[in-house]
Amino acid sequence: MDRLLRGYGAAVYLFLFVPIAVVVVFSFNAGEHVAELTGFSLRWYVEAWTNPFIVEAFRTSITVALTSATISMFLGTAAALAMPSAPRRLRRTFDVMVNTALVVPGIVLGISLLIFIVTATNWLNSWIAYLVPSSDLRLGLGFASLVAAHSVFGTALVTILVRTRLASMDLRVIEASADLYAPPLRTVCTVTLPLLAPAIFAGFLLAFTFSFDDFIIAFFTRGRAETLPIYLFASIRRGVSPVVNATASSLLAMTVTCLAVAAVVFWRRGSNRTEKGIP
Amino acid sequence: MYRVMGAPAVVWYLLFLAAPLIVLLVVSLGRRSPNGGYQPGLTLEQYGQLGTRWTAFANTVELGLVGTVVCLMVAYPMAYVLATRGGRYKTILLALVVVPFWTSLLIRTYAWVFLLGNSGIPALLRDLGIAEGVRLLNTPFAVVLGIVYNYLPLMILPIFVSLDRIDQGIRQASKDLGAGPARTFLRITLPLSAPGIISGVLLVFVPVLGEYLIPVLLGGGQIYFLGNALADLFFQSRNWPFGAAVATAFIALVMVLIGFYRKAASRLAPGTEQEGML
Repeated sequence: MDRLLRGYGAAVYLFLFVPIAVVVVFSFNAGEHVAELTGFSLRWYVEAWTNPFIVEAFRTSITVALTSATISMFLGTAAALAMPSAPRRLRRTFDVMVNTALVVPGIVLGISLLIFIVTATNWLNSWIAYLVPSSDLRLGLGFASLVAAHSVFGTALVTILVRTRLASMDLRVIEASADLYAPPLRTVCTVTLPLLAPAIFAGFLLAFTFSFDDFIIAFFTRGRAETLPIYLFASIRRGVSPVVNATASSLLAMTVTCLAVAAVVFWRRGSNRTEKGIP
Repeated sequence: MYRVMGAPAVVWYLLFLAAPLIVLLVVSLGRRSPNGGYQPGLTLEQYGQLGTRWTAFANTVELGLVGTVVCLMVAYPMAYVLATRGGRYKTILLALVVVPFWTSLLIRTYAWVFLLGNSGIPALLRDLGIAEGVRLLNTPFAVVLGIVYNYLPLMILPIFVSLDRIDQGIRQASKDLGAGPARTFLRITLPLSAPGIISGVLLVFVPVLGEYLIPVLLGGGQIYFLGNALADLFFQSRNWPFGAAVATAFIALVMVLIGFYRKAASRLAPGTEQEGML
């Protein structure tokens, strides 16, 4: 029985990792033909990363992910700090919104933002045309709507992580700081934030990864902006190719690096600090 | 001073989460203007047409349920192995399960497009002389496989949590009182892990209902999900009000499911309904 169970566990790990590993292995394949392994080569990586469309899409993806993760980091941390002392009704409303952002499938978030932003910008555009007839400024979907859409989910992520850390923290440290006559802002900057830093940083990285990998929300809210997943989706629909393998593997490498850093920061630094926490 | 700090996030959510959902509802009550897009109105016309997307809805629920059930059957023993045989490597083993989930859904789905496509497993079977002309891609099988593969970690995680929390003493007591392993499992372990099962089923089924990539890439247009219907309504026929109605109905369905889950969870294990939602 015991061996059977362990064998099953191993089989599930194989099921989870082999498909991804196959893509990575074939991305280093030297041959023209997708299905035959003929030798090691980096030619598909060179081909992928000299393709101007891929480079441009990558640049867009990185910019969107960095911007939305930064916004999420600030909003989420501030909210997690503020909510415990906020009025009950506000706190409840905020919790509902955070849960909604996490639970509602991305496709619905994407569609509702698409409708909202197009409607709102049409209305703003007609005002701009009325007030400044000479201007040819036209607002619409694009970079900004992508950032807004991704930061909705990202903020929820950061809020949850920071809130969890806050709950496991020894709050007497903060009280002690106040007792020693530190003004509230000083307490936040010298006591609370340093203690929360691992959670905030992990939240930033997770929000970044989410945004960088997201397809479905971007699919609806991107306008003409093209992110790497959007570009990759279009190439996959044209068919399997070694270049797609190489691009996908590069994306994977980035995600895995971010995850590893987030995990190390969150667990290592976090556990050291909380061990001295509430007995 | 803390109070003010919450304001930006609240404003952000009102603007980019609450307002869009309200606008979605408003648009769903409107009419389609002749050239596509939205014409204000106050009618339930769009909801009356929901029946025309019945096939997409039925497909989604049917394959989604099959996928969720298969997922559960694969995940439960895995969670059990992790909880009972994990030993001191438990955390690392669990993290290994979660890692694939945080990589891009697009790439994970593409991996199966690559494996199931004509130059993948079918070619391998042909070369080994096992079977000729097998078609795996663009079948319901491929879609179910894609669902199981992509959402497995979301099923394993909550079941693991509920299994891991079971006091070993209770299981030991059951054995001491003469129950065999099968009886102990059926009468003790399984009922105590029910909240995890319910959590897992919900965590998998809800996002699967909104799936777009899996049916498109692995079903190849043969299998039409709600997600495909929505994308078509917004990008091809540009019928916003009807698309908004489909999306609103979809949210209503999700909320009913979550309500049902809360009720079931609080009956099975009072006070644990919030756990495992992430």
